[in-house]
Amino acid sequence: MVKKQQLILIKGTREGLTLFIDDTCSFEEALAELRETLTSSQRQKDEPNVPVTVKLGNRYLHKEQLNKLENIIEEGNNFTLQSCDSNLITREEALTWLANDEIKSINRIVRSGQVLEVTGDLLLIGDVNPGGKVISTGNVYIMGKLNGIAHAGSDGDYQAIIVASYMKPSQLRIADYISRAPDYEPQGIYMECGYIDEKQDKIMIDRLQVLTQKRKSLSGFERRMLNG
Amino acid sequence: MGEAIVITSGKGGVGKTTTTANIGTALALMGKKVCLIDTDIGLRNLDVIMGLENRIIYDIVDVIQGRCKTNQALIKDKRFEFLSLLPAAQTSDKSAITKEGMVDIIKELKEEYDYIIIDCPAGIEQGFQNAIAGADKAIVVTTPEKSSVRDGDRIIGLLEQEEIDPPVLVINRIRNHMMKNGDMMSIDDIVQVLSIDLIGIVLDDDEVIKASNEGEPIAFQPKSKASIAYRNIARRILGETVPLQSLEDDTGVFKKIKQFLGMRS
Repeated sequence: MVKKQQLILIKGTREGLTLFIDDTCSFEEALAELRETLTSSQRQKDEPNVPVTVKLGNRYLHKEQLNKLENIIEEGNNFTLQSCDSNLITREEALTWLANDEIKSINRIVRSGQVLEVTGDLLLIGDVNPGGKVISTGNVYIMGKLNGIAHAGSDGDYQAIIVASYMKPSQLRIADYISRAPDYEPQGIYMECGYIDEKQDKIMIDRLQVLTQKRKSLSGFERRMLNG
Repeated sequence: MGEAIVITSGKGGVGKTTTTANIGTALALMGKKVCLIDTDIGLRNLDVIMGLENRIIYDIVDVIQGRCKTNQALIKDKRFEFLSLLPAAQTSDKSAITKEGMVDIIKELKEEYDYIIIDCPAGIEQGFQNAIAGADKAIVVTTPEKSSVRDGDRIIGLLEQEEIDPPVLVINRIRNHMMKNGDMMSIDDIVQVLSIDLIGIVLDDDEVIKASNEGEPIAFQPKSKASIAYRNIARRILGETVPLQSLEDDTGVFKKIKQFLGMRS
């Protein structure tokens, strides 16, 4: 008789435990074995808390299953489920991912009272007139004059930037930061960008060239994939 | 088959009604059949500027609500046979007419007239929607002031959403000395912000107000700069290529020489 293949593999690393769950068996089988393995370990109550990472392989877990898994791991042990990695994502997640990673190029003038809202990066070929507003969940690139309001990273992406061929905005917004133009009338400046400076904790406006230093990840196409 | 042109601006007081009266008059002077429609219900004054106030019997609300025929409400101008005015009502408000009613009237008038010029009320509410309902083209009037340009921008945005030709721009009330000093937005600035075609520029002229008060649109006067400007706009509407008027106020020896040589600015 062939020895039953182990479904759960546990590895200890400096960061805690990593559980590899076989992706060919059924979920119930895996859970049963996991329960068995964990209860047999008999850990003491006063031991320090251990973070656990679960590697699911080619298995997709929906919310309910994830909760079950978490219960089993954390129940009675000093374990905390830190993260759950799977090679799979749903079509829905993939599509939102794609939408957030795309550059939407739009050719029009955003006039007073109009709002242009996109998911992902916005490449606007045209002006944003005073009183007009552009909003994107990613970066905002404007090939034209920015005289109105631009809001980048509207879902809370602090890394988002705003670039314009001619920068004379009434307001710049990045995530939940807002900066407005000074009350005296300044001259607009060509080829500038706005970004959040972590040290000064506010939106800075600077020459485009500083971006190579400040936002190195900008050039990578799959930057969000890399950032996770 | 005629063409319906709506004159609009968003902001009040920039000269929509004056522009309507003068473009209409200028087109009539060139031998076109023109009908002016005042859609500023409750605050009519196109009839005053045209000097036809006393002749009103029926108005546009009467037509739309079926109390009279379109022809009965039209007022023939005292100077031209083929210049007519469909006046607004003074007693009702903007909700008294409907988009459908406007479309029907304009369709009917297009059969008979070459140009139907619609004077739009200020604002972007029902009155504006009614006025643009039947129009084929739009002329946006603005003055070289920030607030007026801002409102013009808004209006252009709204017009672009309608099934209507791209609007063209008239810059009204230009004061040359202020533009020169940089105290006023320059023509280039305005055109750059609004980025639509410019169809005419009109200087601020005391004579315009005087003429309006007398009920004789300025376009009748052959010499005034504003009058020439309006006639140039009319020529451009007809498809002629006319260079923009020079803003320079030519007085002095040079002008006298020009006059002597029989040239006109």
